[in-house]
Amino acid sequence: MKILVCISNVPDTTAKINFTADNREFDKNGVQFVINPWDEYALTRAIELKEAKGGTVTVLNVGEADTEPNIRKALAIGADDAIRVNAFPKDSFFVAQQIAAVAKENSYDIILMGKESIDYNGSQVHNMVGELLGIPSVVPAFKLDMVDDATARLEREIEGGKEVVEVKLPFVASAQQPMAEPRIPNMRGIMTARTKPLKVAEPVSADVKADYINYSKPEKKGGVKMIEPENAGELITLLRNEAKVL
Amino acid sequence: MSVLVFVEGLNGEIKKSSLEAATYGSQVAQQLGTTATAVAIGEVHQEALTKLGEQGISKVLYDGDARLSQFVADAYVKVIAKAAGQESAKVLIFSNSNIGAAIGAKLAVRLNGSLATNVTELPKTDGGSFTVTRGVFSGKAFAEVALTGDLKIIAIKKNSIDITNSGGTATVETLAADLADSDFVGAPKETVMQESDGVLLPEAEIVVSGGRGMKGPENWHLIEDLASALGAATACSKPVSDMDWRPHHEHVGQTGITVSPNLYIAIGISGAIQHLAGVNSSKVIVVINKDPEAPFFKAADYGIVGDAFEVVPKLIEAAKALDK
Ligand SMILES: Cc1cc2nc3c(=O)[nH]c(=O)nc-3n(C[C@H](O)[C@H](O)[C@H](O)COP(=O)(O)OP(=O)(O)OC[C@H]3O[C@@H](n4cnc5c(N)ncnc54)[C@H](O)[C@@H]3O)c2cc1C
Ligand SMILES: Nc1ncnc2c1ncn2[C@@H]1O[C@H](COP(=O)(O)O)[C@@H](O)[C@H]1O
Repeated sequence: MKILVCISNVPDTTAKINFTADNREFDKNGVQFVINPWDEYALTRAIELKEAKGGTVTVLNVGEADTEPNIRKALAIGADDAIRVNAFPKDSFFVAQQIAAVAKENSYDIILMGKESIDYNGSQVHNMVGELLGIPSVVPAFKLDMVDDATARLEREIEGGKEVVEVKLPFVASAQQPMAEPRIPNMRGIMTARTKPLKVAEPVSADVKADYINYSKPEKKGGVKMIEPENAGELITLLRNEAKVL
Repeated sequence: MSVLVFVEGLNGEIKKSSLEAATYGSQVAQQLGTTATAVAIGEVHQEALTKLGEQGISKVLYDGDARLSQFVADAYVKVIAKAAGQESAKVLIFSNSNIGAAIGAKLAVRLNGSLATNVTELPKTDGGSFTVTRGVFSGKAFAEVALTGDLKIIAIKKNSIDITNSGGTATVETLAADLADSDFVGAPKETVMQESDGVLLPEAEIVVSGGRGMKGPENWHLIEDLASALGAATACSKPVSDMDWRPHHEHVGQTGITVSPNLYIAIGISGAIQHLAGVNSSKVIVVINKDPEAPFFKAADYGIVGDAFEVVPKLIEAAKALDK
């Protein structure tokens, strides 16, 4: 089984988010980048499936050279090889077209992604890729098992419940908790990752349909009003009469 | 040319998040000097459809094919694409639900449109440009994005628009998308709804959430009782669901659900940055924690420094005493 895992390179969850002086770009200064946390669920589940059924796990990132440390990390966790499409990820449609182009060339059985990227929060790329390739996308899945060599059984979240879906390979799915328990690379993994193949591919020409003009940050809160624990009931009165939310 | 809004049904009624989308859609239509049409599918009561007039919808296209009562992406996309063609829609509006975001993305590819999900405000449409504001970096920032395609597809973040009730009625027309069995190949084998008589978390206006400070699942009746007295949904922090005190679908934060209720009450939650990412667009935040240094207080509007086991029973009592 050939599995493709798409990973995006995002600011660490604890990073302070700042923008350049003209608010036009994200300010990378002093920010540590990690594999998008949701993508780690996809990666680990892919490696588990490979361990159980055989096959290969390829990781793919659309990004510039500075994403390579995290691609190497994915290799250290257990992917076999990697592809970096050498381009700044301008918008989701651009990224989706790059992923679809790689997928067309290599025909993967399963394409796994994260539920969403924690920088752009689009939840778009997986469905776009499914549509571009004309294969199903099961989103957001939290359970993925093989029924037989050609069929997978997934559980996906819907508002207020879940759905059980069976799909034939190939398909796209996005992962979220508790699909797998993310792994930490061990020493051996880190050593072997250095020699695993990381191919750099040039992007295909693709449309960009959303133009990021500028960024802003939410207004700061006006400060917190404290209530004495003895008079806790007063809070309810304030929520009704002052905050007007009850 | 018109604005087309996809509305989702639940138990025959239109979902609250879809009423928000309908309101948003008719406000966009007004901005553009056109009308807003809704498209509804599956089992939805007729009265619920005509009542969309209250949100400013003039016409509803309805495909009552019973097979559409379950979410099947291919079939949904086909119906909405058909409606969009029929109406010469230039703007498509969805709620940023699991379903809305999924079909929005597929339609963006199929109809060659520009897509923005997680949109929080009405668009700016002056001078021929069309820009929207969307939440990025897990609630830590907003981005202004110009949608450059001819067709604009927008999925609006839940609870970011006030539903209008202006009192009109919408006309309902049948939409026959002529779906084939092959459009339903991806239909789910099974749909399991959570057993709860309470409020659904992603749609809730009030959320009562508990963290590790609640000490164990046996104490959750305090969270549940407060929630039921306030008509709220319950939620939790990640460690709470990791330890199986609560189900995973209740976990909010960076790696869980994002909520933006009018009121979020956090009890025994420290306020780690990953937790805040899921709740920081709530309108009013209340924090109850015995540690005055808990970081959550910095993000709060109201706070009580105290022991949850003493404070929460007092809140339940006061909430029960409220006249509804
Ligand atoms: C990549 C990544 C992603 C993550 N994603 C998420 C996420 O999506 N959601 C999430 O929630 N976390 C997430 N986390 C975990 C997060 O960092 C915190 O560990 C977690 O939010 C802490 O949960 P807590 O506040 O319930 O527990 P704690 O941090 O242990 O806090 C418990 C709080 O309860 C208070 N307390 C104790 N007893 C009482 C009492 N009797 N009365 C009142 N207060 C009391 C304490 O003072 C303390 O502040 C993530 C972490 C990482 C690294
Ligand atoms: N630049 C990228 N390179 C590779 N995969 C990506 C990239 N951006 C997003 N993805 C994948 O698409 C998923 C959804 O991203 P998004 O649509 O941005 O929320 C992510 O979890 C990744 O798996």
